[in-house]
Amino acid sequence: MSNSIQRTRNICVIVAVGIFLIILPHLIDDYFVHIATTIFFFGYLSMAWNILGGYAGQFSFGHAAFFGIGAFTSSLLQVHAGVNPWIGMLLAGIAGMLMGLFIGSLSFRFGLRGAYFALTMLAFAEMLRLIAVQVCTVRYPLGINIPIKGNSLLYFQFSSKVPYYYIMLFMMAGALYLTYIIERKKLGSYFKAIRENEDAAQSLGINLFNYKLLAMAISSFLTAMGGTFYAQYYLIIDEEAAFGVAGSIEILLGSIIGGAGTVLGPLLGAGVLECLSEFTRNVLGGYSGVHLMVYGAILIVVIVFLPSGILGGLKMAFGKLTKKGSRDLWVF
Amino acid sequence: MTIPSLSLLLQSIVNGILMGGVYSLVAIGLSLIFGVMNIINFAHGSFMMLGMFTTYWIYVLLGIDPYLSLLFSIPVLFVIGLVIERFLIAYILDAPEYNQLLLTLGVSLFIENLALFLWSPNFRTFEIPYLSKAVTVGTLTMSLPKLIAFLFAVILTVILYYFLKSTDLGKAIRAVSEEKEGSLTVGINLRRIYYLAFGIGAACVGAAGTLTAPFFYVSPQVGSVFVILAFVIVVLGGMGNFIGAFFGGLIVGLAESVGAAFIPGQLKQFIIYFIFVFVLLFKPAGLFGKAHE
Repeated sequence: MSNSIQRTRNICVIVAVGIFLIILPHLIDDYFVHIATTIFFFGYLSMAWNILGGYAGQFSFGHAAFFGIGAFTSSLLQVHAGVNPWIGMLLAGIAGMLMGLFIGSLSFRFGLRGAYFALTMLAFAEMLRLIAVQVCTVRYPLGINIPIKGNSLLYFQFSSKVPYYYIMLFMMAGALYLTYIIERKKLGSYFKAIRENEDAAQSLGINLFNYKLLAMAISSFLTAMGGTFYAQYYLIIDEEAAFGVAGSIEILLGSIIGGAGTVLGPLLGAGVLECLSEFTRNVLGGYSGVHLMVYGAILIVVIVFLPSGILGGLKMAFGKLTKKGSRDLWVF
Repeated sequence: MTIPSLSLLLQSIVNGILMGGVYSLVAIGLSLIFGVMNIINFAHGSFMMLGMFTTYWIYVLLGIDPYLSLLFSIPVLFVIGLVIERFLIAYILDAPEYNQLLLTLGVSLFIENLALFLWSPNFRTFEIPYLSKAVTVGTLTMSLPKLIAFLFAVILTVILYYFLKSTDLGKAIRAVSEEKEGSLTVGINLRRIYYLAFGIGAACVGAAGTLTAPFFYVSPQVGSVFVILAFVIVVLGGMGNFIGAFFGGLIVGLAESVGAAFIPGQLKQFIIYFIFVFVLLFKPAGLFGKAHE
């Protein structure tokens, strides 16, 4: 297939999907709008994780640290200083990024790799959670409530779920585009080189420390902004929702299941997980934790049978059929 | 920060050592698995929880004394370990490190939430009169179940130590953890050693669960309290180092207990994580380890 035809085809597909997603919330009821928003939300967070974990190969088990900082920064600024949540979101991103740079410069300076980095991230997220618990039990025993301003774009709160859907769609599309750019540019190749073999990457002149830190900065910035969205969506945030280990796990699961280090993998994974979790909730009802049990089983199956995720598995299957066509699927 | 009196300090040192014995047993299992298979077992806390529930149900349904149920929890967890090794871990021994971590995370998510589904999140405790007794020596009091747990933990550790030091099988396990290819050339069956190591690791933490249950609470999520502690201890003692894990357990038990005398509430856990990060960053081979590389 020639390049220009492929390009035109890709643009057509993107425009068609875009139009479909824009009119979608007017075709379905509130419950499904909520589900779609949740899928985009976890897809977005997973994409943020994917830049650090999937592309640069630095596995984080503690992204709740950035998510929580984001949610707490914008919420506390709003409650105590009346800072507008949109500005709060930007500040949240910056706060998350600063934490990311702090943790990253410590861990990468001392050469923590693989599982050790993963566990260090977990430890930092837990330390932040403990601080949040300490603060919340004294000052916000019922969680931090966002002051209600009514239906207002300026104050980032709406009576209907549809505006949230559009905001999340926009954020998710932005993260998707960013991932696509990284995938296509030199930066992505540097990240992947670091992921595949750090020593070889270094010997080719890639500055490991700087590039890992860059991946960390992008990833933590985006994750923290997601935290603000969560707080505005539910208008309440507590320490468990913000910093809990379950959050860290859900953020990385999307990427792992969809395919880490791919553009669409995180969104696909988030979609699969959310559908499964809704399904189990409806079938098995009010038992707490059943959806996590299913997540555990899915995770086991994926790691054993599809170690590079659903997209990775598809790519391999297609690669065997048509050696040429595989690259297509990898990107789109 | 409060300044405790001398007797309170002594008391917390004794409590710390007693708890440390149990922590050591948890960590030795984790360390053995890591040393032999290079796998960081995230499901270790879930195994401990299963050990606790085994003890709990055997007591509730059959009325068997919790300490006697060591005879059940050790083999039960050994078999669970074998099965998980055979049907899951065996497939990912050559996978990247983080995929191994994710697999054991999946196992732990599954086991913990299955337990939540079957047994509800309620906290359960043992209502046995002798468990609330205490032994007094001078000004120090030691709660009886903690003392028993410590003694059993030390006995089991010593037995395991002699098993690894003196028997052929134990020597084979140590050989594999030192040098895999060398062990293969002298005819050691790697697969069998992996089974065994994972099974023994699970049995250790199962026993620790049984010993902890009488003075703690039993609940599906109880394992998460211990799994992080076990990581800290194993890192502190040097990954895969048996003696290191034992003394690491005592040190963490002491740090936690003495820390609690100075610093109230949740922040004592903060110290544990702080030690963890500090050791990982500045002393990655552990306090007793030789620097690799």
